[in-house]
Amino acid sequence: MSAPNKSYDPVEVEALKPEEIERIRDEALAAFAAADSLEALQAAKVAHAGGTSPLSLANREIGALPPQAKAAAGKLVGQARAAVGRGLAARQTELEAERDARVLVEEAVDVTLPYDRTPAGARHPLTTIMERVADVFVSMGYEVAEGPEAEAEWFNFDALNFVPDHPARQMQDTFFVQGPEGTKGDESGVVLRTHTSPVQARALLDREPPVYIVCPGRVYRTDELDATHTPVFHQIELLAVDEGLTMADLKGTLDHMVKALFGPDMKTRLRPNYFPFTEPSAEMDMVCYVCRGESVGNPDRPCRTCGSEGWIELGGCGMVNPRVLTACGVDPEKYSGFAFGFGIERMLMFRHNVEDMRDMVEGDVRFTRPFGMEI
Amino acid sequence: MRVPLSWLREYVDLPAGESGRDVQEKLVGVGLEVETVEQLGADLKGPLVVGQVLTIEELTEFKKPIRFCTVDVGQANGTGEPQEIVCGARNFAVGDKVVVVLPGAVLPGGFAISARKTYGKKSHGMICSGDELGMGDWGSPRTESGGGSGGIIVLPPEHEVGTDAIELLELVDEVLDIAVTPDRGYCLSMRGVARETATAYGLPLRDPALIDVPAPNAHGYEVKVADPAGCDRFTARTVTGLNPEAHSPIWLKRRLQKAGMRPISLAVDITNYVMLELGQPLHAYDRSLVEGTIGVRRAEQGEKITTLDGAKRVLDAADLVITDERGPIGLAGVMGGAHTEIADAEPDPETGEVKGTTDVVIEAAHFDQLSIARTARRHKLSSEASKRFERGVDPQATSAAAQRTVDLLVLLAGGTAEAGVTEVVAPSAPRTITIPADHPDKVAGVAYGRETVVRRLQEVGCDVYGQDTLTVTVPSWRPDLTDPNDLAEEVIRLEGYENLPSTLPSPPAGLGLTERQRTHRRVGRALAGAGYVEALSYPFIGEQVFDELLLEADDPNRRVVKLVNPLSDEEPALRTTLLPGLLAALRRNDSRGSHDLALFETGTVFHPREEQRTAVRLGVDRRPTAEELAGLDEALPYQWRNVAVVLTGAREQAGWWGKGRPADWADAVEAARVVARETGVELTVRGGQYGPWHPGRCAELVVEKDGAEKVVGYAGELHPRVIKALGLPARTCAMELELDALVADEVLQAPRISTFPVATQDVALVVDADVPAVAVEAALREGAGELLESLRLFDVFTGEQLGEGKKSLAYALRFRAADRTLTVDEASAARDAAAALAGERTGAVVRGA
Repeated sequence: MSAPNKSYDPVEVEALKPEEIERIRDEALAAFAAADSLEALQAAKVAHAGGTSPLSLANREIGALPPQAKAAAGKLVGQARAAVGRGLAARQTELEAERDARVLVEEAVDVTLPYDRTPAGARHPLTTIMERVADVFVSMGYEVAEGPEAEAEWFNFDALNFVPDHPARQMQDTFFVQGPEGTKGDESGVVLRTHTSPVQARALLDREPPVYIVCPGRVYRTDELDATHTPVFHQIELLAVDEGLTMADLKGTLDHMVKALFGPDMKTRLRPNYFPFTEPSAEMDMVCYVCRGESVGNPDRPCRTCGSEGWIELGGCGMVNPRVLTACGVDPEKYSGFAFGFGIERMLMFRHNVEDMRDMVEGDVRFTRPFGMEI
Repeated sequence: MRVPLSWLREYVDLPAGESGRDVQEKLVGVGLEVETVEQLGADLKGPLVVGQVLTIEELTEFKKPIRFCTVDVGQANGTGEPQEIVCGARNFAVGDKVVVVLPGAVLPGGFAISARKTYGKKSHGMICSGDELGMGDWGSPRTESGGGSGGIIVLPPEHEVGTDAIELLELVDEVLDIAVTPDRGYCLSMRGVARETATAYGLPLRDPALIDVPAPNAHGYEVKVADPAGCDRFTARTVTGLNPEAHSPIWLKRRLQKAGMRPISLAVDITNYVMLELGQPLHAYDRSLVEGTIGVRRAEQGEKITTLDGAKRVLDAADLVITDERGPIGLAGVMGGAHTEIADAEPDPETGEVKGTTDVVIEAAHFDQLSIARTARRHKLSSEASKRFERGVDPQATSAAAQRTVDLLVLLAGGTAEAGVTEVVAPSAPRTITIPADHPDKVAGVAYGRETVVRRLQEVGCDVYGQDTLTVTVPSWRPDLTDPNDLAEEVIRLEGYENLPSTLPSPPAGLGLTERQRTHRRVGRALAGAGYVEALSYPFIGEQVFDELLLEADDPNRRVVKLVNPLSDEEPALRTTLLPGLLAALRRNDSRGSHDLALFETGTVFHPREEQRTAVRLGVDRRPTAEELAGLDEALPYQWRNVAVVLTGAREQAGWWGKGRPADWADAVEAARVVARETGVELTVRGGQYGPWHPGRCAELVVEKDGAEKVVGYAGELHPRVIKALGLPARTCAMELELDALVADEVLQAPRISTFPVATQDVALVVDADVPAVAVEAALREGAGELLESLRLFDVFTGEQLGEGKKSLAYALRFRAADRTLTVDEASAARDAAAALAGERTGAVVRGA
């Protein structure tokens, strides 16, 4: 490097000649462009933009110029350095992008590979459908009530106005629990509950009206297991006791339930029937979930679910028999109520096209797994 | 109740084109459950005609006797020539009138008839049996020679050859099959169904019970009713001079058949017919076999009777019986006795004179519903009569029913009605119910108005008086109408349930699910989330399973609640553990080819009380007292909810990602921790031993409640002997615990989060192999003090360099202070303190120290 020399003629400094600066600049840009890898670019950077590169050396020469020449030379070199810097950065970006693209390609995997490392579990659809039905009512303000599965006959029958020896009592084939030593037959007074209705009586005895409860649970009848019967099954029971409740309220509540569970265009139909614990009593049907009634009178489109009747039988319902209220200490002059109950298996069967009752009983994981966590 | 539409039309003038389906819809609307409408003869096509057998040639060269017949069918075959027919049945003779189906006809079931060669002859049609015509048992004479339901129908001789038999035998009809609910006993009769039909259509009813009945007098057959509460009406009539050879006419047989009853003999057919028509069960006694006065009384304990079904029965003192002077001749309202049975007509082998019953006493009585129900149940004998009495029969129909029976016996059997009419009647007042006129409106939520209410009640048969308050006298045939709501139902159903509006009540704000209910849902979700699939098994078990599960003789789970009437004698008890059911589900899955299994169940287990009591049948006229209710609950077994899991095969599958991992004891124990975490209860896991589990791989699950420890379950690998005994895959693991014992009584308190840096320290401790990790961890925690944020066992190592019977446990400890950055010295000091306490408590030595 030359020593400062104020009399030095800038034009005479070879390295700062404009043509020379341009050449150095172009040489640098060409070297960057020629670099085909980040490593090569790094070498070109050292050679053409590093501390000992021609441009840096030229820059240092500026200091030796007389003041009147410094500005022009500084501008000249500065522009060249900026152009080299931009060129380097641009090439750097280009090469990095190329590298990234290459690496990402190299790292690519087959995302369609299966991953069944830990197979999913599932809850039983009977459990989840019961919860779903219960939740419809919980959202309306009802509470979930429970009762024992081995139940006193009084709760299962007597309190519900099943008169002893009345044929209605034989309609439900009952499992009797053995009594204490020395008693025989059905003398224990304890049965496996044949329906969830005893929870009605328990709820009325436990709570002050108004009572609005829903009761899902397991029930038992002495049927052998086959495609359409099971001795152990599930019901959901509903009870509302309040001042001034009517059959229209029952109908409205049922309509709401089927809408919530099966869609907004669903509705129910009541047909007179007989149950000891309700009076008036009714059988409740809903529009067939599968054919929506379109199979009726349409032999080309028969519906197996409803037998082309257009309606599916859901269960029994009615106004709580005032005798039940009396047996539970509720004043039938002041309060009235409605109740209904239906089988969960049946609902699962037509809602999800289950063909054989045994599939819901046997615990085969292939049946249960697709139902997942909720239904 | 099976109701032929043709018969129903006799009482109600239904519109001419009205089909069975139309009537079904109307009846369903008023509350009769018409299950099916059977189309009789829908696919039947003639020619089907009356023929007369001219000749019979017996063909004997075949395996069974075959007849080649010629039959006169008049002009029905177009030629008037005798029709040649091969027939395999034998219960007919030359000259008999039979039913002949000619080629070109189609029998029920789409059975097309054509002339065809059989048994070496050409057969031009068939001589028909009841079965072939879809009629059932014809109850033909000569049943001894191949009659019965497969036997040829032999017609009474008066029918002309060539007559159309489709019409003659009323083969085309519709039959409504109605499932009658227990409250509608009156619909177990044509009269009752006709009444409902008339009301449903708004048409008048021709009540078949409205017939002229002679007044009772003193010359009838003597009857003494000793128990007027059990029998409040007894009508007796006598018919003499019956022709024992008289047979039921076709129309009578056909109606019985269509209604589902078998024709037997004329007298019996008539009593059955009148029962179907009026709903009043009747009995006919052979008068020559009844000795003296007919009585009604309770049986003496141990008294015996042989009923019509041939069964010898020992009577109970509560059974109501019909007697003559020698003893019981019938089980009242259930079944008659064999001794006084009407005798079938039989030719005397010596003289050829036909003998049979000629004089009969007709009983039309009304018995107490409950008494009949109990007797039918006690003797496991449900008859057409008992079915009706236990559901309620119109007590005022006895005299009409008796008269109708007498009329038919006179008309069809050539008998003579005796003038004597016996009627024993216990006095009773008509039953009335008082209701506010707007009661049905209030029950329905519809403003029907008084006029509608009164009109509908009258249609039901009630007499109604009053304005704002109605005094309603209910008809004798509706014993089910007892309460105001019964009357409301009548009004509402006749006005149409389909016309009820739909309104929603407004329940008070509810509290949502209880904590216990939420917990059960959470546990289910968490286990499913951990890869377990829920199974819901039956709670029925056999006690031998306790041996298979290696339970000690005095294990409390061996004490079971048993059923009186289990479905299977192999499984008479209720489960005390979920494992048998869940393991059966595991085995079932395994045998169906699913070998990597993780199942769970939450469900009720049943345990008998220490002292078992019976549950009293309390009254229902008031609320039971608190003591009475407590007494009921104390008679119930203990019932609570358990949760269990079972696992076998791979817990993690092998695959392109690497190796799999078999399910093992640790998964079972972790399942218990998953459950505990969801319940919010702190669960202690320690080594234990219990029946079904591998003694070296069994964790005891413990919770602390009110300062006391309670073992709530076990988890681990099953005992190899259990696995063998139950036929399970090797190394099957299981966990079961008492879910209801896991109830959190505290709300979780949020942890305070420090944002200062963490200081991490590892320590490896060498302990004796039998020192449980849980003890080392507890000592480390306590020794580390409050700076310890978390601690994790990251390696367990055994090897030669440690020495025999030693193991190394390597822990990562994370320290953090709430208020400052810890120095390395502080963290090391805490770690050393932890290791020191572990050394003191468990003999742990810091590895490499």
